[in-house]
Amino acid sequence: MTASTESIPAAKSKGTIAQQEQRLAYKLLAIPIIILIALILFPFLWNIVLSFQSLRLIDLTNLSISDLGFTLDNYARVLGARGFGELLRTTVVYAVFGTILPIVMGLVAALLARDAFPGRQLFRGVMLFPYIAPIVAVTLVWKTMLNAQYGIVNVWLQNIFGMQPISFLSTRSMPVSILGLEIQLPVALTMVILFQGWRYFPFAFLFYLARLQALPEDLYEAGKIDGATLTQRFFKITLPQLGAVTAALFLLRFIWTFNKFDDIFLLTGGAAGTNIITVQIYNYLFGLSNVGAASALSMVLAAILAVLLFIYFRWFYIEEE
Amino acid sequence: MSRESWEELIFGRILRWIGIVFFFVICAFPLYYMIMLSFTDIQVLLTNPSRLLPDLGSIWPPKSYIDVLAPIDKGGQGFMVFIRNSFMVAVVTTAITMVVCIMAAYAATRLKFRGKGAVNWGLILVYMVPAIVLAIPLFVIYSQTGLRSTVPKRLVALTIVYLTATLPVAIYMLRGYFATIPVDMEEAAMIDGCSRLQTVWKIVIPLSVPAIAAAALYVFMIAWNEYLYALLFLLDNPNSWTLSLGVNQLDSQEVPRTMLMAGSVIITLPVVVLFIAFERYLVGGLTAGGVKG
Repeated sequence: MTASTESIPAAKSKGTIAQQEQRLAYKLLAIPIIILIALILFPFLWNIVLSFQSLRLIDLTNLSISDLGFTLDNYARVLGARGFGELLRTTVVYAVFGTILPIVMGLVAALLARDAFPGRQLFRGVMLFPYIAPIVAVTLVWKTMLNAQYGIVNVWLQNIFGMQPISFLSTRSMPVSILGLEIQLPVALTMVILFQGWRYFPFAFLFYLARLQALPEDLYEAGKIDGATLTQRFFKITLPQLGAVTAALFLLRFIWTFNKFDDIFLLTGGAAGTNIITVQIYNYLFGLSNVGAASALSMVLAAILAVLLFIYFRWFYIEEE
Repeated sequence: MSRESWEELIFGRILRWIGIVFFFVICAFPLYYMIMLSFTDIQVLLTNPSRLLPDLGSIWPPKSYIDVLAPIDKGGQGFMVFIRNSFMVAVVTTAITMVVCIMAAYAATRLKFRGKGAVNWGLILVYMVPAIVLAIPLFVIYSQTGLRSTVPKRLVALTIVYLTATLPVAIYMLRGYFATIPVDMEEAAMIDGCSRLQTVWKIVIPLSVPAIAAAALYVFMIAWNEYLYALLFLLDNPNSWTLSLGVNQLDSQEVPRTMLMAGSVIITLPVVVLFIAFERYLVGGLTAGGVKG
């Protein structure tokens, strides 16, 4: 009797605590969720609508809902544009190499900084500069360093190798002979990829460094006792442990590089064979004042991204659970 | 010489030190070059572009900085206005983001509620939405509202838009940290009669100072460094420009490179100072949040 009278209020109050907790959670989450719906979901849906409109930049000031129509012209125009194949190819080449290079550099830097050496703290701090510095500042420095008249890179190439000055960021391609083989090197595209390597390797560096420092020391002791050399220990012990980090880094960086606008826009403006989808979206919007086409191309970008995200979540989040 | 000691010499010593020097140089040199040129006279650069040491004769007064910072009506580039705009936008963005996100991240980690899974998935998804896809509809909406009429309204619009980038990052970073705080301490506080919000205020926030500092600094850096939205929203009124936009707009005019480098130093300085001051917190925060960039 006493037991049951005690258990009923207890159960009841537990229920209300759970309800209170739920109400509090909704209250705390309401503001960010409303902001994100208003500023991400709603604009995204609006972008879908815009991509089916025939809309110029000057029409924007007095656009009303009643003007909305439906046309597939924007998609036809964007996908059928003469340069679309090249645009897609450049975007993919840029995204793939612009992803691999920073990851490889980050791994090398992390291996170098793994064991203590005098000045490692300073080294690690300096390593992060390319990543945290404002994009506008670092692209201006690169443009200055690569300048054909007074850029330090050209000055050195001239003084040391006697080379003619090259305007690195506005040269589409130039013949280069490697081991007697003459190839056309896409100069500007190579430069923007090198820039990606330089700017984003610190991101991979930190991830790899954290992973490397978490590897148990006894694995290496055991390897040494078994007579494994330094390179053997790297390939047999270290490398297999880095698979998950590498895969996560690759997909994250690939998605972000694929969507990147600032870097190429600021370095080359999309000239000299470096035009990528995001920069072309901007060109449709402001160069050609064609809002509809810009929206349509951004939807194409979003569709490609959705496929990539699907793969990402299939691989990682499901694997983790 | 055995293979082990041979490899130890090549990889462990020679190549390792070459590598360390290589990475150090590629990271530090552009920063040095930028600072050095900002104190160099443009004529000195043009006549002797290979010099690596600053020209002591033109260091003081720092002509490039004076030109860049002087108001436009005094023949300068009016950077003080851009600095003020950037600071206001970045500080307000940071303040709003942190207030909203500390509570939201706590709710998303600790509280039980229906739809928790959906909320967490949604947060990861918005983290991945590219800025350029949102830029067009946001620009269209912005063009139709009266927000572009005055400078303060423009900056308010920009601040609101920056929340799309900062909220997911901050929630993501804080969530990861809150999950590591032992629940026992919160339970003890609640048994002692604290409400949930008091518990957050008295237990969770004091324990999370490093994570909150890291998140706030990243949010500040995102807003401070941002370029695309500033370009779309502010371009047609120079009084509303942020530093990122202002520095890059200089590039299209007939402005000496050395002045551009002074502008670059001005925009980089706050970020580097903050980073040096809080490096300890930031390095951990970066990997925890996988900060977008």
